[in-house]
Amino acid sequence: MPPVVQIKDIHKIYDSGEIPVHAVRGVSLDIHKGEFVALMGASGSGKSTLMNMLGCLDRPTKGTYLLDGIDIDKLDRNELADLRNQKLGFVFQGFNLLSRTTALENVELPMLYGRHRKVSTAEIRERAMHCLDIVGLSQRFDHFPNQLSGGQQQRVAIARGLVNSPQVLLADEPTGNLDSKTSVEVMGVFQKLNEQGITIVMVTHELDIAHYCKRNLILRDGVVVRDEAVKDRLIAEQEMGKLKQAEAAAKLTAAPAA
Amino acid sequence: MRFSNTLRVALRALMRNTMRSMLTALGMIIGVGAVITMVSIGNGAKVQVEAQVASLGQNLITVMPGSFSSGGMRGGFGSATTLTPEDADAIAAEVPNIDGLSPEVRDRTQVLANGLNWSTNVNGVGPDYPYVRNWPLASGAMFTDQDVKSLAKVAVIGKTVADQLFPNEDPIGQTIRIRNLPFRIVGLLTPKGFSVFGSDEDDTVIIPYSSHMRRVSRRTNISMIRIQAASPEKIDTVKLGVEDLLTQRRRGREPDFTVRTQEELATAATQANKTMTGLLAGIAGVSLIVGGIGIMNIMLVSVTERTREIGIRLAIGAHSGDVLTQFLIEAILLSSLGGIIGVAAGVGASQFISNYNGWPVVVPTVWIFISVAGSAFVGILSGFYPAYKAAQLDPIDALRYE
Ligand SMILES: Nc1ncnc2c1ncn2[C@@H]1O[C@H](COP(=O)(O)OP(=O)(O)OP(=O)(O)O)[C@@H](O)[C@H]1O
Ligand SMILES: [Mg+2]
Repeated sequence: MPPVVQIKDIHKIYDSGEIPVHAVRGVSLDIHKGEFVALMGASGSGKSTLMNMLGCLDRPTKGTYLLDGIDIDKLDRNELADLRNQKLGFVFQGFNLLSRTTALENVELPMLYGRHRKVSTAEIRERAMHCLDIVGLSQRFDHFPNQLSGGQQQRVAIARGLVNSPQVLLADEPTGNLDSKTSVEVMGVFQKLNEQGITIVMVTHELDIAHYCKRNLILRDGVVVRDEAVKDRLIAEQEMGKLKQAEAAAKLTAAPAA
Repeated sequence: MRFSNTLRVALRALMRNTMRSMLTALGMIIGVGAVITMVSIGNGAKVQVEAQVASLGQNLITVMPGSFSSGGMRGGFGSATTLTPEDADAIAAEVPNIDGLSPEVRDRTQVLANGLNWSTNVNGVGPDYPYVRNWPLASGAMFTDQDVKSLAKVAVIGKTVADQLFPNEDPIGQTIRIRNLPFRIVGLLTPKGFSVFGSDEDDTVIIPYSSHMRRVSRRTNISMIRIQAASPEKIDTVKLGVEDLLTQRRRGREPDFTVRTQEELATAATQANKTMTGLLAGIAGVSLIVGGIGIMNIMLVSVTERTREIGIRLAIGAHSGDVLTQFLIEAILLSSLGGIIGVAAGVGASQFISNYNGWPVVVPTVWIFISVAGSAFVGILSGFYPAYKAAQLDPIDALRYE
């Protein structure tokens, strides 16, 4: 089976400013179906730039990118939009939900643009509700983003990424703004999705978060400097149990003292 | 994306900013409302003038002394003094296809009756006058050819004169004094109201033209001849016949008369009115354009403000065309909604003016369609540039936009 993501020696040079910035300098990468990749690296190392290219939001300056066997260089603007809509789910750094729009409507959004399906409004609604259910937010479907916590907003964003059953889910720092418990929750959602066969690539700064993934890539100055499988992988469900025990213990010890 | 979805997305976007949407639409509401109101007033005036022209009589042709240039009325119009009762007799005798004819001598003087006096129009006319003017008598009878021949002192009076001089009694059979001569009242005209030129038609006394010329005004010429053609198709033939005959009777002298048909009269009467309506509608149209610019302005602000939203939509699979239609539909919704409310406001304002000013107001149905279609068109015009700008955004740039 060919890799879902296949990039060969891609470069990205930003030349909007005074001096051109060579943000990605020749990355080659194969990602197969069912993989769960963490992309790490210092700030400014080119993680977001690489993710944007993987997500077909930005075109590489040089190099080839085959997504599910399709050369994206040959696609025009609208074909790229269809590709993003059908094959990719994107969870942005900083949520990017539509404000003053309910959680459910935010999740429905990609389906409104789904070109190849003639889906009824009721079906769209049902499917969006199902995705909210996966991330555990179905009872908050009619809340606006400003009525949701950061973790909840992030989960709405994940549900939106899932709604068109993408082959690859791309997440740029999905736990960047979250506390450790909520982070573990989100990683639990990802692990569950990954088990169902969705390929996931995510960016993270935190080493322990990367340990929930199956493969770790480290980027430095636009080049991959390390690519290894995760040995002692963390399982979110277990970690959640430990956290809860610790919390309970803290309350037990704290109770008599008070 | 399906159109119904685009429509829903656009509606949601407008509803998220209800206050702003309302204020933007207000420009359109005022513009369309003004157009509808102005056109209704103009149209009402037109309908009234047409009704009044029709009330002059049917298939009417008038002969006046003086010359008439096709560009309009000249200063000397009606001032020549060469139209005679013999001209009228000759027309009646020689021009075919005439149903009725009445010479007319006009004068304004004091009349007395019943110890009361009243200044009114005393006109000398022929027996055909009520028929030619399509103006029947309410009671009594019109004087006859015999009365004309014998210079009889008989009169038929209008409603206003009757009310003024005989407030409590039947005027028929009473005597009215004109220039100190007693005239017996033989008939009462039905009320007719106001003329095209705003004067009270019922403020009149008519007597045989011969009596008028010989006994009252002592004139040898008449003010005009009214002719009724046998049918609408015959109007032009009769007009030519009258012109030929009168020219012939003048034996090579400069023609000193004017023959006009009712249609020509109507054209003259409605011309000024049309100009005024056009002017008013033009001014109202300017406010429509201002409304359109308001929509464009808000849509531009909206595109800048919602750059991130556009970025999100593009990132998750919206085509440029989807974004273009969304913003275009928002603009069209705003403007046509404004247009529809504007029509309602305009119709309301017209009714109000009609009720409180007593002006005749007629809302023309075509203009309702023109206004709504026009406002949608303004929406397309003013929405296109902002929508195009939104559609051309790069998804990644739009997402990064702060
Ligand atoms: N639009 C742009 N124009 C010019 N330079 C850019 C642009 N976007 C990113 N860069 C530069 O490219 C380099 C890589 O940026 P990128 O955002 O990919 O880093 P990152 O690894 O995601 O960092 P962080 O962890 O802080 O998010 C940086 O030096 C940045 O300044
Ligand atoms: Mg980044």
